[in-house]
Amino acid sequence: MSRRIIVPFGPQHPVLPEPIHLDLVLQDERVVEAIPSIGYIHRGLETLVAKREYPEYVYIAERTCGICSFIHGMTYCQGVEQVMNLEVPERALFLRTIWSEYSRMHSHLLWLGLFADAIGFENLFMASWRLRESVLDVLEETTGGRVIQGSCKVGGVRRDIPGETLERMVRDLEGFERDFKEIANVFLRDESIIARTRGVGVLSHGDAYHLGAVGPTARGSGVAIDLRKTGYAAYGKIHFKPVVETDGDCYARCAVRVKEVFSSIDIVRQAAAKIPEGEIEVKPKGNPNGESFSRAEQPRGELVHYVKGDGSRYLVRSRIRTPTLTNVPPLVKMLAGCELADVPVIVLSIDPCIGCMER
Amino acid sequence: MAFFEMAKTAILTTLKSPATRRYPAVSAKVTAISRGRVTIDPARCISCGMCMRKCPSGAICVVKDEKTWSVDRLKCVVCNCCVEVCPAHCLTMETGYSPSMTVHEGIEVVQITYVKPERPPQKGAEEKSGQGS
Repeated sequence: MSRRIIVPFGPQHPVLPEPIHLDLVLQDERVVEAIPSIGYIHRGLETLVAKREYPEYVYIAERTCGICSFIHGMTYCQGVEQVMNLEVPERALFLRTIWSEYSRMHSHLLWLGLFADAIGFENLFMASWRLRESVLDVLEETTGGRVIQGSCKVGGVRRDIPGETLERMVRDLEGFERDFKEIANVFLRDESIIARTRGVGVLSHGDAYHLGAVGPTARGSGVAIDLRKTGYAAYGKIHFKPVVETDGDCYARCAVRVKEVFSSIDIVRQAAAKIPEGEIEVKPKGNPNGESFSRAEQPRGELVHYVKGDGSRYLVRSRIRTPTLTNVPPLVKMLAGCELADVPVIVLSIDPCIGCMER
Repeated sequence: MAFFEMAKTAILTTLKSPATRRYPAVSAKVTAISRGRVTIDPARCISCGMCMRKCPSGAICVVKDEKTWSVDRLKCVVCNCCVEVCPAHCLTMETGYSPSMTVHEGIEVVQITYVKPERPPQKGAEEKSGQGS
């Protein structure tokens, strides 16, 4: 029996966009155990809640993550609205839904590109990111920001999308869908991708459930958890099915994300067809006094914002539980028993967002 | 399962024009509402300090006595908050970004030139003074 050695993986590694450290205990080329350590980029954003007035904290909540920023802002706003019993206008809820889905598309395309890059498929990486640009252009045109939208506020949204812009967005989605189908075919059918991902990093249904996997990581293992089904924002008025795959390997997680882009396109179409006319915001009266949990589905999984106010302009506590944090225990489980060369692919398959995780 | 699934897309890409812009020659893509940088109209600023109080990153500093408004371009997160809260509407969000810098010279100080208009004499006061004489 060969000697065990420990190979450090990260915090700086070509495949990692952000720093996380894993100590890989190896026996020959096989990983016996992976020990994660985090805490490289903790910024203390939750403490800032006591130093910024609650309407201004939206900007900070949004900057928790550079990719799913809109959903962070929205979840925080939902939390404060729950505390203050604010009735958000219907149109604002639909606009939030539309922007959330555009965020999801851009996040998934970003991930697909990074995943292709981790596999070594440079061309596919560029093709994915080229498509992502078209999504970012729409976000910039409608909100003013490419990745930090800043269009959500307590009580509604800051900007409206005019009718003709919305129509054009829906028309443009046809071309986007056609282009994305080409890329999706490569991800789902290409021999080299299948050889690199199928059967790699398998997470069983039971493990996914018991270790608290969320988002595409859970859905790739057959756990049909999708927070959008709880009907926050305008999701209650939209028909869609959570995308579920049952294999639990890297290929399944990739397939979930590919199919979710199509599902997002469909949700945007439905939302654009059903969006009512009317106000886009209500003015909050008074200050939040009380506490609430607010949950939403990020591209990476379930996001929880906890807010607590004491009746002043400043909240007393904020807590953010991000999906990557709950996906780390399943990651450790996936890594045990894999080949060293597969580690980058497996780590990337949970879509790690470390900035988000450490806040 | 298929081989060369990417080939068609890859070959077509070589025939198409580049997806990126030749940046300095062609200007960057901006929209009417793109957030680039905050600018101030010093003739309209009433030095109320609202922008300073609401700025989430603490980038703005208003000194009432010296009549200066300053912004640290490296701290500013271009969130548009100051523009929204400004009661005098003297702040605007320009679409172009601040130029990049190699040394920390990001603090821009603007001298406020706003002059408080003289209050027109009140009618009641005039009458009162007339009565007194």
